[in-house]
Amino acid sequence: MSLSVRLAHSFAGFALDLAFEAPAGVTALFGRSGSGKTTIVNAVAGLLRPNAGRIEAEGVTLFDSETGLFVPPHRRRIGYVFQEARLFPHLSVRANLLYGRRFAPRGEAGAEFARIVDLLGVGALLSRRPGGLSGGERSRVALGRAILSKPRLLLMDEPLAALDEARKAEIMPYLERLRDEIRLPILYVSHSAAEIARLATTVVMIEGGRVAAAGPAVEMMADPAAAPAFGLREAGALLPARVEAQEADGLTRLASRAGPLWLPRIEAPPGATLRVRILAQDVMLALGRPEAVSALNILPAKVAEIRIGEGPGALVRLDAGGEALLARVTRRSAAALGLEPGREVFAVIKAVSVAPGAVGAG
Amino acid sequence: MADWLGPEEWRAVALSLRVALVATLASLPFGILAAYALARWRFPGRQALNGLVHLPLILPPVVTGYLLLLTFGRKGWIGATLDEWFGIVLAFRWTGAALAAAIMAFPLMVRAIRLSLEAVDPKLEEAAATLGASRFSIFATITLPLILPGVVAGAILAFAKALGEFGATITFVSNIPGQTQTIPSAIYAFLQVPGGEAQAGRLVLVSVALAMAALLLSEWVARAVARRVGA
Repeated sequence: MSLSVRLAHSFAGFALDLAFEAPAGVTALFGRSGSGKTTIVNAVAGLLRPNAGRIEAEGVTLFDSETGLFVPPHRRRIGYVFQEARLFPHLSVRANLLYGRRFAPRGEAGAEFARIVDLLGVGALLSRRPGGLSGGERSRVALGRAILSKPRLLLMDEPLAALDEARKAEIMPYLERLRDEIRLPILYVSHSAAEIARLATTVVMIEGGRVAAAGPAVEMMADPAAAPAFGLREAGALLPARVEAQEADGLTRLASRAGPLWLPRIEAPPGATLRVRILAQDVMLALGRPEAVSALNILPAKVAEIRIGEGPGALVRLDAGGEALLARVTRRSAAALGLEPGREVFAVIKAVSVAPGAVGAG
Repeated sequence: MADWLGPEEWRAVALSLRVALVATLASLPFGILAAYALARWRFPGRQALNGLVHLPLILPPVVTGYLLLLTFGRKGWIGATLDEWFGIVLAFRWTGAALAAAIMAFPLMVRAIRLSLEAVDPKLEEAAATLGASRFSIFATITLPLILPGVVAGAILAFAKALGEFGATITFVSNIPGQTQTIPSAIYAFLQVPGGEAQAGRLVLVSVALAMAALLLSEWVARAVARRVGA
């Protein structure tokens, strides 16, 4: 259950030379525009033939420049969700969804039509033409079309980039359900730290056609060295947590290895596992347990690593009961508190600083 | 109504329709292929093919007819082979008239189809490939339905052109009543004899009516097809 990519390709004025492994789950290719992400996905899909390299998906070699092997795109069985949906304008939504089915190997278990239609909430659109659909509806149909072609791997090239925030929030739960229910390996291209925090299990950071860093999402998001790439305001660790109870005053109590957590109401049943993204800039550090403060979440932690930035800031990675937290403080505060690895501190997090969109299914 | 046209005139009308229809239908696959090659493929000789396809539009029709006679005539390079191997003779037959009409109408057909092909987003074809469709399936299920309005427009344009073809036809297959005498050749023949103006006039009316009908039909079909493919 994995994808292994090694490729070298050059265009006028741009060279790509990298290798990475994508294990099961969602592997996010993260990097700014022009870093070569789309080129990688196109090479995996077979829409582009790289100068050199080797691509292997689920144990099948798709491309190998040494043996001259190049499996054409229609024989790769790799679903591709494009940024602009690319629905077929002359076919109904139903025919679009079923398009890949007739080419898929017969008899092989694939996602059931009714189940996908239900999962993506496109049942009411089946007889319509793509021309009249909204952006969010198009994205969902494009997703369903790719999944129903019974792919062994799914590629998504910024499937949310063309949508506004409200539509993104609408699609996100569907993507999480896909990840957790369909269990297809997914290669997900994005330049949004928020999307990656919600979806990714593995992050491969691409810079100028090379892999700058790669690793499990939880580790990458808590790595002070990776924070500048995500954007300092976007950096923040992912805290796995479980819903304990819905409380009467509108808060949800969660349990995590770092300690109990109270957040504004999360629509999830007790026992549900979640992944809470806590932005580094929302974490305050104190040497003693603060008394009489409004912040509800006070987690004891130990400083694991400090990275002094070029500006006035510093990023502090904390170890809170085995979970990582990331705090962004000023260098002045870091000095005043005498922060150094091993120092015991308390991480203070306002409940309301955690936006609903920052809580994803675990 | 049937008496309004004489038997000779009827024969010309019927022959014209048959020649134009056969010319259009037989050349349509080649028209689509040529348009596809010109719009999508990059190969050496692409410009030469483009020129060759457009040549009949620019050359004097009589030159095209003469070249057809040289190549497809009984003693011509291709004509002799066809005669020898398959017993097919084109010169001075209605099939030759259809060939001449098809060649004269070919550039118009190819232009219309090529324009609609260039409007098809290759990204849709890529998407179809990732869904498992082979090149042929992509063409049959995505490209062809999307260019259908252009194909229909091109076919009707070619039909109208074939109906009115005169110069190349008369040069290649002459003007034999009942055999190669289409409406334009018949009008020409009637105008050559004293007192033929009435017959010529009636055929002129038929010509105008057929041209108008083809034009209206093309508009209507193109609109219906466009609605169906949602373009």
